[in-house]
Amino acid sequence: MESAQMVERRFACNEGDLAPGESMTVPVEGPGTVAVAVYLTEEGAYFATADTCTHEDWSLGEDSDLEGNEIVCPLHMARFDIRSGEALCFPATIALATFEVVVDAGKVYVLG
Amino acid sequence: MTRIVVVGGSTGGVRSVQALRRAGHDGDLVLVSDEQHLPYDRPPLSKDLLGLDSVGDPVPLLGQDEVDALQVDLRLGTRAVGLDPAARSLILERAGEVEQISYDVLVIATGVDARRLAGTADIAGVHVIRRLEDARALRSSMGPGRRAVVVGAGFIGAEFASAAADHEMAVTLVEAQSVPLAHILGPEVGAEVASVHVAHGADLLTDRTVASIESVDGRVNGVRLDDGTDLPADIVVVGIGASPATSWLEHSGLPVDHGIDCDEDLQVLGFPGVYAVGDIARWPHPAYDAPIRVEHWTSAGDQAQVMAAHVVGRPRPKPVLPYVWSDQYGHRIQIVGRPSEGEASTLHGSMATGDLVALYAAPDGRLVGALVVDDPRLLMRLRKAISAGTPASEAAQLLAATV
Repeated sequence: MESAQMVERRFACNEGDLAPGESMTVPVEGPGTVAVAVYLTEEGAYFATADTCTHEDWSLGEDSDLEGNEIVCPLHMARFDIRSGEALCFPATIALATFEVVVDAGKVYVLG
Repeated sequence: MTRIVVVGGSTGGVRSVQALRRAGHDGDLVLVSDEQHLPYDRPPLSKDLLGLDSVGDPVPLLGQDEVDALQVDLRLGTRAVGLDPAARSLILERAGEVEQISYDVLVIATGVDARRLAGTADIAGVHVIRRLEDARALRSSMGPGRRAVVVGAGFIGAEFASAAADHEMAVTLVEAQSVPLAHILGPEVGAEVASVHVAHGADLLTDRTVASIESVDGRVNGVRLDDGTDLPADIVVVGIGASPATSWLEHSGLPVDHGIDCDEDLQVLGFPGVYAVGDIARWPHPAYDAPIRVEHWTSAGDQAQVMAAHVVGRPRPKPVLPYVWSDQYGHRIQIVGRPSEGEASTLHGSMATGDLVALYAAPDGRLVGALVVDDPRLLMRLRKAISAGTPASEAAQLLAATV
């Protein structure tokens, strides 16, 4: 974990705050940070991507639920793979940035 | 090398060229558009472009950078005027010059044209909203105290009325049905959705049609209704639907009947190598019994991906439920699925409180459509419920849980 600690760790939520299939948003925390959407899949895995849909300004973590490993933007139905960030359908053509998630002592953190 | 020609420079055409390149088509790709502008997004034309702050700039749909990156031969100001499918030949016209080009694959995405009131083409001040020029002309005629008559209280008319309220205009909507949007949403929900107009100071006249447009010196000054009512007007906005732009296909032999009939890959029936995408295409959506033609912005993109997969020989993408939205008086109305496939079974909240939800059940009880105001998360949950074939009664519990 030495290398991971070189990157800033941002607290997202406590384990158990997110039900499987749910998402949330870690807001911008000062300059150089972006809002991050954190997801818990039905299988119990955490993933994180940039929170803002790459098509038009809208939060993915706030207003949508997961469908398997996919998040759908509720504004125009752009769909992304939360594991790779890949844009899976129109109107999105640009991938979401992805972030590593660590769970440490019951707390969920996003790296970067 | 395969040459693909896409006719139509709006959502269907642009998504088609994007999807074809993403799917791996590396041959020639021609995009024909009868507009003079680089492709732009249509939904804002009746929304932000009419706003107080609008300077008439369109939202780009395909910029010059992307045209270059996708290596698209974009031909602006060019109209398709004829098609000979046996010869795989398309006839184009640009500034009076006629040219014939050949294709291996043709994608027809000429969309729809706004319906107009007969005999009003030469009357200044009578507007439709379909193209950038339409929106700019309309925006420039909006201002405080000006009187607008809106013919048709569908989404286009409603979005204009909403913008006109921001401009402090005096607005009267004239609707032929006894309840606006009743043919799509049912009478109860249609009435609730349309109540926003009256709440924002507009007059709404239903069960009324236009008898004549009155003008002086070639400029509109009023509207006479079928019951003899005279409505003074500085501008008239006509939002009475749209017709598929198929006149150029009249002698092509293609199956044209208020749209073009396609198979599940958007290939035109009986014409291998010819596809239709967007508002113009009628196709058998896997979720519905009968073929449907949908004039939704999102459907054009979904269909483009289906078409492109078939052209390059990839598996068909999974079907996507129809989805449409409308922005009115600061509220976002979102509709997923097909309300017209069922009956309104649950009605919750109201437009006045900004939390209206309507669920639509098929005769067998399945949820087939939902309308949600200002609650995207609920909309997405209902979307999943529709996809899963959830009973509407069960889906109604989602409302209790989240609203």
